[in-house]
Amino acid sequence: MERAFLLASTVCFFFGFAYTMYALGARLLRPSRWSLTIMSVGFVLQTGFLHLRGQIVGRCPLTNLFEVLVFLCWAILLLYFVVGGTYRLSLLGAFTAPLVFLLQTLAQLLPSAGYPPIAKPSAGFWPELHAALALISYGAFALSCVAGVMYLVQERLLKKHRLNSFFHSLPPIADLSIALQRVMLAGFVLLSAGLFSGLMAGSPSFYKATVIVSAFVWAPYGILLVLRWRRVFSPRRFAWMAVGAFVLALSTLGALNYLHISR
Amino acid sequence: MEIVCIGLSHKTAPIEIREKFAIGDSHLGEVSAMLSKMEGMQEAVVVSTCNRVEYYAAAEDGARAMRLLESFAEERARQSPGTALFRHRGDEGIRHLFRVASGLDSMVLGETEILGQVKKAYSAAQTGGATSRCLNKLFQRAFNVAKEVRTQTGITRGAVSVGSVAVELAEKIFGKLDHCNVMILGAGETAEMTAKSLQSRGAKAIFVSNRTFERAAALAESLGGRAIHFDRWDAEFAEIDILIGSTGAPHAVVPKQKLEPLMALRPDRPLFCIDLAVPRDFEASVNDLDGVYLYDIDSLQENANEGLRVRQAELGRCEQIIDGHVQEFSGWLAAPVPNFNAPRLKA
Repeated sequence: MERAFLLASTVCFFFGFAYTMYALGARLLRPSRWSLTIMSVGFVLQTGFLHLRGQIVGRCPLTNLFEVLVFLCWAILLLYFVVGGTYRLSLLGAFTAPLVFLLQTLAQLLPSAGYPPIAKPSAGFWPELHAALALISYGAFALSCVAGVMYLVQERLLKKHRLNSFFHSLPPIADLSIALQRVMLAGFVLLSAGLFSGLMAGSPSFYKATVIVSAFVWAPYGILLVLRWRRVFSPRRFAWMAVGAFVLALSTLGALNYLHISR
Repeated sequence: MEIVCIGLSHKTAPIEIREKFAIGDSHLGEVSAMLSKMEGMQEAVVVSTCNRVEYYAAAEDGARAMRLLESFAEERARQSPGTALFRHRGDEGIRHLFRVASGLDSMVLGETEILGQVKKAYSAAQTGGATSRCLNKLFQRAFNVAKEVRTQTGITRGAVSVGSVAVELAEKIFGKLDHCNVMILGAGETAEMTAKSLQSRGAKAIFVSNRTFERAAALAESLGGRAIHFDRWDAEFAEIDILIGSTGAPHAVVPKQKLEPLMALRPDRPLFCIDLAVPRDFEASVNDLDGVYLYDIDSLQENANEGLRVRQAELGRCEQIIDGHVQEFSGWLAAPVPNFNAPRLKA
């Protein structure tokens, strides 16, 4: 049953993705109510999947990389719905749709996607809180990456004097730069809280390892934010670093999966 | 009931003729009411802007209504419009209003100011009691059509003049311009107009620097800004977001070598350089600096032309939308008016 929810949500994200591609081709890329509705339906279905999966496994459904990636997609959308409206960057949704669709499709192609869900005893409040907060922070970092990509595209169009439909649809680079910083800061705060809860989880080596992996993500983001706050480098470089930092963050998911398997 | 429309516009009459037929905003309602009370006329709306004077009417006998409108316009202007007058009846009248409201008949294709002017004219006529079932429906539909055309096509997209391209670019760099400071090097007319465009969008402060300080002071005064001695303009650079070059210097007054160290002092603050001078005031390589966006007069003009091309390319789609609404409205107009007072048939 929960698979049907996931499949249906992936279909919704596919339509969101297809709409973005169509809008790009037709030079009509702009915030669309239709696109927002389809993404909202996908989010509700995704929430249904995670809820049912959580009931089956008897804990927060983060028992393998497949579930982790689906949870990450859910976190990206959750933050998009919160942040997109706040910063009037509805177009962020157009760029979020392809990312969520690709990540969720990738999740379903993983070997762990084929494993039947197995009920496991709860790891306890603090470890589960650590994992959930860390992944929600990854969602924020994903959004900062999306805002970074939008910034770089718009900046390049401005430099190259290419005032095409993309240029008209994308927000001003100043707004993108502010949104990028704030979303990254939100992710950093969430990850800090996640790290704290990881430290509260106790001493088993597995939790220590996951906390160390999270710290590998936490530290670069912290340095980036401090350097940006001190105005050491330009917004363009900051946007590049936001993209690079998210690639680093994504790669730690593989490390976490390895830790999980080898446990 | 038939819809008729007569009038003059920038396409059919020069300003010398248009101004004779123009009707002041305060008289629109009164004139519309006067027309609607004429024998053989049921409803009327008069639209008068700097680019057009148009009379819309709904009447049982379209040909007669058109003659009445023509003689009324002629009498009011005390001169014959001659060939400057256009006449539309039926579907063509409906289509004309939809095109006007959508900005397709405007001097600047796709401009949106006309919609507000048509709304104002309709509101004046409505207040004057000059409209009823047909024109109410027609104008309401025209407003919906204009909105649909604007949102479903790219007819309003892109800027179509050098000044508006500069404003659009500035807004894409800085977002709102209310925190932006502008500096003009030189005192050229295009620079002044561009600065005014930026000011109209909220630019905070204007600095003018010119080799002849008096000219700088005069321009600064007219713009409500501050004049700066030409040899000291870079002292104010830290606070500048938009730098407009319009000097008559035979060489670049802002070379990369000069700008690079200045930009290094403000790595997080972008600079928009608008070069309106020929020969150019900025070295082209300035654009390679991080955070600097340089546009010369050619690239601004090219983008203005491109904006116009984009709008023209959207015309077909706009006409398609309008066609659908014209047909729908004609169908509604041709349908018998429901008589709610008629006795109901018992089943």
